[in-house]
Amino acid sequence: MKLQQDLHTPGEHADQEAPLAGYNFAYLDESSKRMIRRGLLKAVAIPGYQVPFAGREMPMPCGWGTGGIQVTASLIGKEDVLKVIDQGSDDTTNAVSIRSFFKRTTGVATTTHTKEATLTQTRHRIPEEPLREDQLLVYQAPLPEPLRWLEPSEQETRVLHALEEYGIMNVKIYENIMRHGTIAMSFDYPVRVAGRYITSPSPIPRFDNPKMNQCPALQLFGAGREKRLYAIPPYTEVKSLDFEDYPFTVQHWDEPCAICGSRTSYLDEVVLDDEGTRMFVCSDSDACQATLAKKLAREAAGKDTSEASDE
Amino acid sequence: MYVAVKGGEKAIAAAHRLLRQERRGPCDIPELGLDQIAHQLKFAVDRVMAEASLYCPNLAALAIKQAAGDLQEAIFLLRAYRTTLPRFAASLPLETDCMRQSRRISATWKDLPGGQILGSTFDYTHRLLDRSLEGNASCDPAPCAVQETADNKAFACAAESQESPETPESAGSAGFRDTGSFPHPPRLPRASHALEQEGLLERSWSAYEQERQGRMEDAQTLAAIADITRDPLELPCDRPEDRPLRLQMLARADEGFLLGMAYSTQRGFGAVHPFTSELRRGLVECSIVPEELDFPLVIGELEVTECVTISRYTGTALDPCLTQGYGLVFGNNERKALSMSIADRALRAREMEEEETGPAQNPEFVLLHGDNVDASGFVQHIKLPHYVDFQAELSLIRELRKARANKAQDGAKDGAAKEGTETSGGAQA
Repeated sequence: MKLQQDLHTPGEHADQEAPLAGYNFAYLDESSKRMIRRGLLKAVAIPGYQVPFAGREMPMPCGWGTGGIQVTASLIGKEDVLKVIDQGSDDTTNAVSIRSFFKRTTGVATTTHTKEATLTQTRHRIPEEPLREDQLLVYQAPLPEPLRWLEPSEQETRVLHALEEYGIMNVKIYENIMRHGTIAMSFDYPVRVAGRYITSPSPIPRFDNPKMNQCPALQLFGAGREKRLYAIPPYTEVKSLDFEDYPFTVQHWDEPCAICGSRTSYLDEVVLDDEGTRMFVCSDSDACQATLAKKLAREAAGKDTSEASDE
Repeated sequence: MYVAVKGGEKAIAAAHRLLRQERRGPCDIPELGLDQIAHQLKFAVDRVMAEASLYCPNLAALAIKQAAGDLQEAIFLLRAYRTTLPRFAASLPLETDCMRQSRRISATWKDLPGGQILGSTFDYTHRLLDRSLEGNASCDPAPCAVQETADNKAFACAAESQESPETPESAGSAGFRDTGSFPHPPRLPRASHALEQEGLLERSWSAYEQERQGRMEDAQTLAAIADITRDPLELPCDRPEDRPLRLQMLARADEGFLLGMAYSTQRGFGAVHPFTSELRRGLVECSIVPEELDFPLVIGELEVTECVTISRYTGTALDPCLTQGYGLVFGNNERKALSMSIADRALRAREMEEEETGPAQNPEFVLLHGDNVDASGFVQHIKLPHYVDFQAELSLIRELRKARANKAQDGAKDGAAKEGTETSGGAQA
């Protein structure tokens, strides 16, 4: 049995050949990539608007980051340095799987350091390290529609967006406050982009929402299963929804990270035993390591100086 | 003490090794060959081809083997492979009237032009386990011998002589004889044809096709139809001209989902009371018109199951008549072809000015939830780590509980204070 891939004779286009024999660079064919890039251009032109696109089947399941993967695949070039995180960490199983997919199909350099990456694909977190203008942040968005839980029909929600008819969202937040005394949304906390579209930030914790505002990096969102693209251009106003008398707040912890001692990062809770003993550690593993390295260096330096003074 | 999520890469590699091992099973059992799967598990192969929307029995068999018999996984494998294939042409519409039929039945006409051909079917079998299949029974050639039908004889004889046999039937389809060196099987019009001509049945697409000038023009109009694998689906997708889109979605939708949808309309959630006007299965030629040539070339044969169901219509959009639902599926899959035709009819509720009383009549509901690659991926994605979101939920719930406890405490205090002064009635807080 001959597959399509077998028809290519190796070496014929040696310079263009992707590392994974017989497959295109970054898996997708060039016309699909162009289609996605066109969609992204439209998305950048209308910040926060969900652009329908003809999502392709990727060799990973829908709901496992295929939207982000398609965006990354259509943008990645040989010079790029890729970072993939899931839940803030480079070592979570799905991040490992996506990173190895791009390693296999593009051969580009990968990194775990936010600073070094030109393109970061993320699920559910924004790195703690502030992003720069020359960096891209690609989000995997499972449900791009922020109004979906209020209105199940896609037809209806598109109309609501078109008319800027966001009353139901305000009512929801109001009801939240009436019932719970606070806005009871902990992640995927809706934002208003450039004063126009209400947009889902993807299921990042609301802790990360402020990082989206006036971010120097271009932020792109891909929803593969729902076949939608959207974007937040650099230096765009992103406002988390709230009321004047009930302003938006972020999560905070009473204790610092047990590893690096950071008090400014998002912490995951780790259960240690059956008795409910638990510790809190940074969810962004790269930032945690960096802080720890700095702390150790400082301690070592302090030790040196103290030793020096002893003498 | 603290085990972070390190080592994911190694764990994944090991998990996949284990999976490969389990797929193979004990080594003293001979390995399954693709030919065995393709020929002895044909229904599985057909289903995988249909829902992956890629017709290639060998690759489907490979996918089934690789997926260890998990058909949805196999469908996914083949779909993912399909995306990598270049598109070199769009085929002409399949001439299902010119099918080399292995089965054709009608539940509305006792006898009809071309006759009823029962063919192979599970229908009327008694579902009793056949113990004779337990062992390795040797192949018994006698019952397998195919009775030579007139069609097959004509085909075989043409293959030898390379001449068109002038049977009366093929003479009747004179317009199509020039499309290849092989003779077409005789044109066998749909059972519903007579009704259509009488006007009792709404006209089908194929009726329009026949009225068109030639097949070349069709290729152009065909190119104007959106392709669900290349263009984003636009909702509401409920206009008559959206029907080709809906049919594309239904053709690759999950069989079980469609079955459930069709069943729900029959039980009263959206009224379709269909009759099987015709169900046929067989091989049809697939032709393309290459860009550099101005005539069609046959590139191969596909096995398809086609179904037309008709149902009574007494609504306001048309005069009282019978309306059609259409199903077409790769390979041998009558359950899906029937379900698809019922779902197709149900989805025309808007066009037919019918009241929407069931989910099967709602295109957004049916079209967006019927794809098992999408559905299975999303349902199963909750196996992925959600530490961050869960942490966020956890701290929110703690916050809410704390707020409530504080409020209750304050309330109790207030109550106590009130009780002190007024002696009664402060406990409601």
